[in-house]
Amino acid sequence: MNPSADALRATWGSAIGRSGLARDGETIVYVARDALRDVMRWLHDTPGQEYDYLVDITAVEYRDRERPLEVVYFVRSLSRRTDLRVKVELDLKAELVVDSVVPIWAGANWLEREVYDMFGVAFRGHPDLRRILMWETYAEGYPLRKDFPLRGRFSRAEQVRQALAANPEAHYSMEELSIAEAYEDLPAEMQERLRKGERGTIPFSE
Amino acid sequence: MKHVLQTTEVAGQSPNWLLAKLDDLVNWARANSLWPMPFGTACCAIEFMATAASRFDFARFGMERQAFSPRQADVLICAGRVPFKLAPVLRTIYDQMPQPKWVISMGACASTGGIFDNYSMVQGIDTVLPVDVYVPGCPPRPEGLLYGVLLLHKKIKGESLTDPELRSEQPLDERGLSMPPEKIDELSEPFGNSIQQYRSS
Repeated sequence: MNPSADALRATWGSAIGRSGLARDGETIVYVARDALRDVMRWLHDTPGQEYDYLVDITAVEYRDRERPLEVVYFVRSLSRRTDLRVKVELDLKAELVVDSVVPIWAGANWLEREVYDMFGVAFRGHPDLRRILMWETYAEGYPLRKDFPLRGRFSRAEQVRQALAANPEAHYSMEELSIAEAYEDLPAEMQERLRKGERGTIPFSE
Repeated sequence: MKHVLQTTEVAGQSPNWLLAKLDDLVNWARANSLWPMPFGTACCAIEFMATAASRFDFARFGMERQAFSPRQADVLICAGRVPFKLAPVLRTIYDQMPQPKWVISMGACASTGGIFDNYSMVQGIDTVLPVDVYVPGCPPRPEGLLYGVLLLHKKIKGESLTDPELRSEQPLDERGLSMPPEKIDELSEPFGNSIQQYRSS
């Protein structure tokens, strides 16, 4: 058992639910939904925990309708070479909302979009919560939910019609890929050059 | 070439004469200089690359130049599965190709959707654009694709310059579909492991 589980329970008390070992030997810890972001922040920042790498976010819906949907976070400490799984249970009858962890791990951005796309879990505080795999006007629902029919809800003809009516340019716009969004992350001297409207030069080209 | 061009020597003297039907001459030229536009999305594209490389070398059949721009292409080779999200891209590329143009659907997924009878996959690219030759296989071996190319040669050599059907664009109809809706629906009748699933739950 990963000692982080006991450390979590000692620090966060009742916010930590049951914990145990997965079949592959990794530790799973259940966390209360409302405490998720604080617990994750703690796991990320606390010396001795240092879970600095978010491997994946996914979700599980069980065939048993009474069981809650689980959002699963795979975190890893690169320096300590330790893995931990954190799960949050969401009641299927209530609204599927959980706090975003993008402020903690920027890499969670697309992972949360994927969970939103496939399961319909909304991440509160996500900077850009849109579909990522299906196109943005996709209207049939959330494909990995148990109540979603394998072939989708619409007839094939309607699916083809909607697909052909989509404008692929609208989803892969150059604006989305442009340097404008990355401006704040650029080095200062590069920002300075861009601000002055200078163009880059190729070294050794006269 | 003998059956296309008939060389008639007049009285054993120069000048010699070449006599042929214009159709045969044009089709001979077209069939033997097809420029493929590869639209590779999956494992079929690997077999396509093998077909293009030296061991199988479809340059032997006049496909020396692969046109990675649809504007300079004659035949669209769709190799691999096509999800609905990619369907408008495929259709746009097809629309950008100049007439005359042909389409080879390579592999089970491009031809029928293959094993991907699910919410995200086009059930055969013929629901999106007209297809001339279907090459079955998962993926087809290079010999299979070459056989498909030779079948396309045969088809081209049977065409006529005067046939307006072959030279007109085939736009989507007012419903935004390339074939009648009931025909598209028929293409994904329940089968296989998804027989318990219905279109609406």
